[in-house]
Amino acid sequence: MDPIISVTALDKTYRSGQRALKGVSLEIRSGEILALLGPNGAGKTTLISMICGLTSPSSGQITVGGYDIVTDYRAARSLIGLVPQEVALEPFEKVLNTVKFSRGLFGHPPDAAYVEQILRQLSLWDKRNTPIKELSGGMKRRVLIAKALSHQPKILFLDEPTAGVDVELRKDMWDVVGKLKASGVTIVLTTHYIEEAEAIADRVGVIADGDILLVEDKDKLMAQMGIKELYIELQKPIKAIPPALASYDLWLAEDGGRLTYVYDTKAERTGITGLLTDLSAAGLALRDLQTSQSSLEDIFVDLVKD
Amino acid sequence: MNIHAIKAIYFFEMARTFRTLLQSIISPVISTALYFIVFGSAIGSRMVAIEGVSYGAFIVPGLIMLTVLMQSVTNASFGIYFPKFIGTIYEPLSAPVSYFEIVVGYVGAAATKSFVIGLIILATSFLFVPVQIAHPFWMLGFLLLTCLSFSLLGFIIGIWARNFEQLNLVPSLIITPLVFLGGSFYSISMLPPFWQTATLFNPIVYLVSGFRWSFFDTADVAVSYSLAAIFVFSVLCVSVISWIFKTGYRLKN
Ligand SMILES: Nc1ncnc2c1ncn2[C@@H]1O[C@H](COP(=O)(O)OP(=O)(O)O)[C@@H](O)[C@H]1O
Ligand SMILES: [Mg+2]
Repeated sequence: MDPIISVTALDKTYRSGQRALKGVSLEIRSGEILALLGPNGAGKTTLISMICGLTSPSSGQITVGGYDIVTDYRAARSLIGLVPQEVALEPFEKVLNTVKFSRGLFGHPPDAAYVEQILRQLSLWDKRNTPIKELSGGMKRRVLIAKALSHQPKILFLDEPTAGVDVELRKDMWDVVGKLKASGVTIVLTTHYIEEAEAIADRVGVIADGDILLVEDKDKLMAQMGIKELYIELQKPIKAIPPALASYDLWLAEDGGRLTYVYDTKAERTGITGLLTDLSAAGLALRDLQTSQSSLEDIFVDLVKD
Repeated sequence: MNIHAIKAIYFFEMARTFRTLLQSIISPVISTALYFIVFGSAIGSRMVAIEGVSYGAFIVPGLIMLTVLMQSVTNASFGIYFPKFIGTIYEPLSAPVSYFEIVVGYVGAAATKSFVIGLIILATSFLFVPVQIAHPFWMLGFLLLTCLSFSLLGFIIGIWARNFEQLNLVPSLIITPLVFLGGSFYSISMLPPFWQTATLFNPIVYLVSGFRWSFFDTADVAVSYSLAAIFVFSVLCVSVISWIFKTGYRLKN
């Protein structure tokens, strides 16, 4: 299937001389949730701004829904809803009016029922006649989302949607995102919270210092790096690993009370059964067993380190 | 053509005007009323008539121009500067709208507001001095063209300005002097010959002269020159604006 967004050799050097993107290429699939994961200053906002037409690329090409964003900007932009990183709203205007404004701006005739549905979904309906300046920070972010959804976009960009956001809004937001995905909307979100990417993304793109280091299915990524660790708590501490266990990839904690066994979940034999048998043969009594899987965080730290 | 977008911008801007309706209209009306009382009634009664028109009436077109020019420039510059300042400009810039549609929305709203204020001041002037309007159709036409062309100028200033000081600079440093020296309160023919020539480089002379002609049927320069001047000025502004959007000047990184 053709990608819904295609970014080719995109390069951006700001007037300040800062090179924010270094020849980035990326294909975003229709209907997926893609998380762009990267530390502050990685170039996430720059990338989104260029796709949305807010920042001019220094070189490179972008198509959205097959339309070039420069020559076919109307068709391309009609497909996009953007929730920017910074809250920017007309302070004196009422919630309902600014959402209607966005819908009109994107070329849609008024649709009171649809706008009401969006506002209700985001718990904004009761506040529809409140001037924006009287809203809390979380409420303002909801308004930004409502504005982005007001014109029924096919692609939704969420730039750091959960930075400084309360639990309730986060929950509502993932609710909305789930519904949008179910209706076929493509969602691109940036974050530097790994748990977030892990929790909701289909694919994860890791971006650091203006480069996309990798884009991978989240599950595959986890599996590829599917290293698991087995923690073996011993009833009595030992001084050294018994020679009978030398063939296993074992590591003894400093206090001698815990062994860590590293294994690959995808390997034909994990060796766990053998290890456990050999442990009791060596006369070691177990108190507890625990396993842990490496998280995206570990993967991410690994990637960004080099 | 994205008509819905033009309507959205236009009515959003007009809503801003209605929110601040009192300031928007009261202050220009009061200040012009003061001019009418001081220059029109008090001083004017001791002045000789100019080209057969009583001084009080003579200054009416100039005073309307003074206010309308300032209003057009400040409304339009603020209208686009404010979204830039608070960041909401991201929305029109990422929407499927052409620069033409953005300009029609913002400039249209600013021009509408100053046009209405111009009419209100005209109505106010009837309270103080007897005014005749020889060519009502042309009067409205000149007023409208002035509102539009100076709102275009204001739009440019709003995009150019980096802060509120710069935003106020052009109206107070350029527009006000040009209006005062542009024959708002006197006829060009009253000046010494050298200044009569020098003043022809002041574009506002043509506006005031044309506008005054529509009231009293007498003009400092030919009406066709006035129309040509407005036309050239508008074309200039439109060219600058289209350059701004092509290059993203002070709009895009
Ligand atoms: N308007 C700008 N002018 C100059 N440099 C900028 C501008 N915006 C961002 N940058 C720089 O570009 C780099 C990438 O920024 P950004 O895209 O905002 O990163 P992220 O969103 O991943 O935190 C940073 O080094 C930042 O300082
Ligand atoms: Mg960012």
